[in-house]
Amino acid sequence: VRFFFKTQYDQDIRLVKHGGQVFWYGLLAVALLLAPWSVGDYWMTQLSFILIYSIAGLGLMVLAGFTGLASLGHAAFLGVGAYTQAYLLSHGWPFVLTLPCAAALSAAVGVVVGLPALRVKGIYLAIATLAFGFIVEEVLARWESVTGGNSGRNVPGVSIFGWELGSGAGFYYVCLVVCALATLGVLNLLRSGTGRAFIAIRDSEISAQSMGIAIARYKTLAFAISAALTGAAGALYAHKLAFISPDQFGALQSIELLLVVVVGGVGSVHGAFLGAIFLIALPQFIAVSKDWLPPAIGQASGLQGLIYGAVLVGIVLFEPLGLYGRWLKMRTYLQLFPFYRRGLFKRQKAFTKSERLR
Amino acid sequence: MPGALACACAGMLGAHRHRWPRTRPAPKGDARVTAFLQLLISGISLGCIYALIALGFVLIYKATETVNFAQGELMMLGAFGGLALMQVAHLPFIVAVVLAIAAMAGCGVLLERVAIRPILGQPQFTVVMLTIGLGFMARGLMTMAPSYGSDTHALPVPYQGQVWNFGALVVSVEQVVVIVVTVVLCALLYAMFRYSRIGIAMQAASQNQLAAYYMGIPVQRLNGLVWGLSAGVATIAGLLLAPFTFVHVNMGFIGLKAFPAAVVGGFGSLPGAIVGGLVIGVIESMAGFYLPEGFKDIAAYVVVLLMLVIKPNGLFGGSVRKKV
Repeated sequence: VRFFFKTQYDQDIRLVKHGGQVFWYGLLAVALLLAPWSVGDYWMTQLSFILIYSIAGLGLMVLAGFTGLASLGHAAFLGVGAYTQAYLLSHGWPFVLTLPCAAALSAAVGVVVGLPALRVKGIYLAIATLAFGFIVEEVLARWESVTGGNSGRNVPGVSIFGWELGSGAGFYYVCLVVCALATLGVLNLLRSGTGRAFIAIRDSEISAQSMGIAIARYKTLAFAISAALTGAAGALYAHKLAFISPDQFGALQSIELLLVVVVGGVGSVHGAFLGAIFLIALPQFIAVSKDWLPPAIGQASGLQGLIYGAVLVGIVLFEPLGLYGRWLKMRTYLQLFPFYRRGLFKRQKAFTKSERLR
Repeated sequence: MPGALACACAGMLGAHRHRWPRTRPAPKGDARVTAFLQLLISGISLGCIYALIALGFVLIYKATETVNFAQGELMMLGAFGGLALMQVAHLPFIVAVVLAIAAMAGCGVLLERVAIRPILGQPQFTVVMLTIGLGFMARGLMTMAPSYGSDTHALPVPYQGQVWNFGALVVSVEQVVVIVVTVVLCALLYAMFRYSRIGIAMQAASQNQLAAYYMGIPVQRLNGLVWGLSAGVATIAGLLLAPFTFVHVNMGFIGLKAFPAAVVGGFGSLPGAIVGGLVIGVIESMAGFYLPEGFKDIAAYVVVLLMLVIKPNGLFGGSVRKKV
């Protein structure tokens, strides 16, 4: 059993809690930096996708996990980012400008969506974002002069100051840098007053309001930040795919993003990464397992959907804190070795808690 | 591949944009009025389908405060159930319909017991994710049904393809059946909630669960019954929809359009669901004819966003504020 004695107030909000974290995250950083030399092209692609989905997952985590506003239309922000990137690049803007622009435009759209969110909550908000997602998908399909319509459009490769990065290791480093910046940004946000206001709003809007938190401002801000992160991820996603069409940014993509957040663990920054790893790894696993299943099951077109659904149901029923929650439990078990109690993480039952009155 | 699911299913999502029968009469003089009436009737019959699906949402929402995102999939399962009873078991139409409704109601009760009750009292978001997952599972399992799941089937209804002519107006019997069944079902539901013991108990439980418990009402068992009722209504909607869109795995996506219907009416109101469904159906039908292409598919969503901005509680929803 290890104890950390806190002797200064700073220690509560310090980004790095103890030396162990420096060591392990340092090791992870070195491993990620050296990855292009140790793994092949295929794994580079997968790693890039994991980083991109992590950024989008972080965006949704800020909104759904920390502010408590569920969004069923987050793929729309991914789409706005992707199309902004493609449009601006094809008009000769440099990459270093287009990426912030994609994020900024996405954030602006996020603020617009956030406006109805100020008045509605819970299920109404979920339906509002769902509706917004459908509308954006349709706009992307119909606004042919900018988006190329349903036939899609090509996305030029990344070049920074005349240096062509291609789609392999160079692009991987771009993703890594953006992802690291996004993660640090979110971590810093969460230990600032703004982040704590988000969490207060999630836990109880009325308590937050009576503590003097301007609900409208912080909800709009949460939408903007979340949309900006997702927009940046969308820009990178567009580069990685090199070809985008509106149906990549539909309702199912939104649900995949939610899957990242829920499977990883709602309300934890680690969760976004674990969820992204899971989302990228699962199709590989399904592809392998197809050979072992009887053909009636293995060849069915709905196999992937079935497994996604089953995972979602299983996580919600049995591990509400997601993969990160599972990791926490394992770690706590080891730390407290003989003294771990089964009820330590038990969720409380509240049969009559009504969300109509929140 | 990431996004492979989105890519694989994008085609299906596109496919669910069914062609609702609509006629394009010559735009001359009196024909305009006929065209309008024609659109109105087709809009109302489409709206009735939305209303029935929305009714399912609202029943469950009122009773358990959870939102069932798998309502469309329950509808799909019900339609497949009816189809199997007719084509595999060779039962007559009416028997197959009644059996399908009863079987799906049983499924609904079972679903509540197995999946929903364990997480009762958790945040709404949890149940939303759970039912989305259940919907995915239902769709995936259905594709695995041998020789059935992956194809599109026509449901053999006795009134297929018949039309009635009223002057220049052409009304298909399928549309009339949809409207009549919806009206009858609404009357039955109204009578049940108004006069039967069980209906009044359901009302009590939905108004205040705790108080209902204290009065000796078995709230949990009622919740199961409500899920069964809702699944039965979904089956009726599926069987009514089948002559228009055929029976296929992705017919449940139409459920996504019933959400706007429920919100426009106010999520906790049964008459609201009916009115909301009709409003959305008629607007969609009109938008498909009078507005440029593309507006038909998003008309429902534009309406719901406007509604949420202007009147977040819907047409019939009451506003409740928490007292601190």
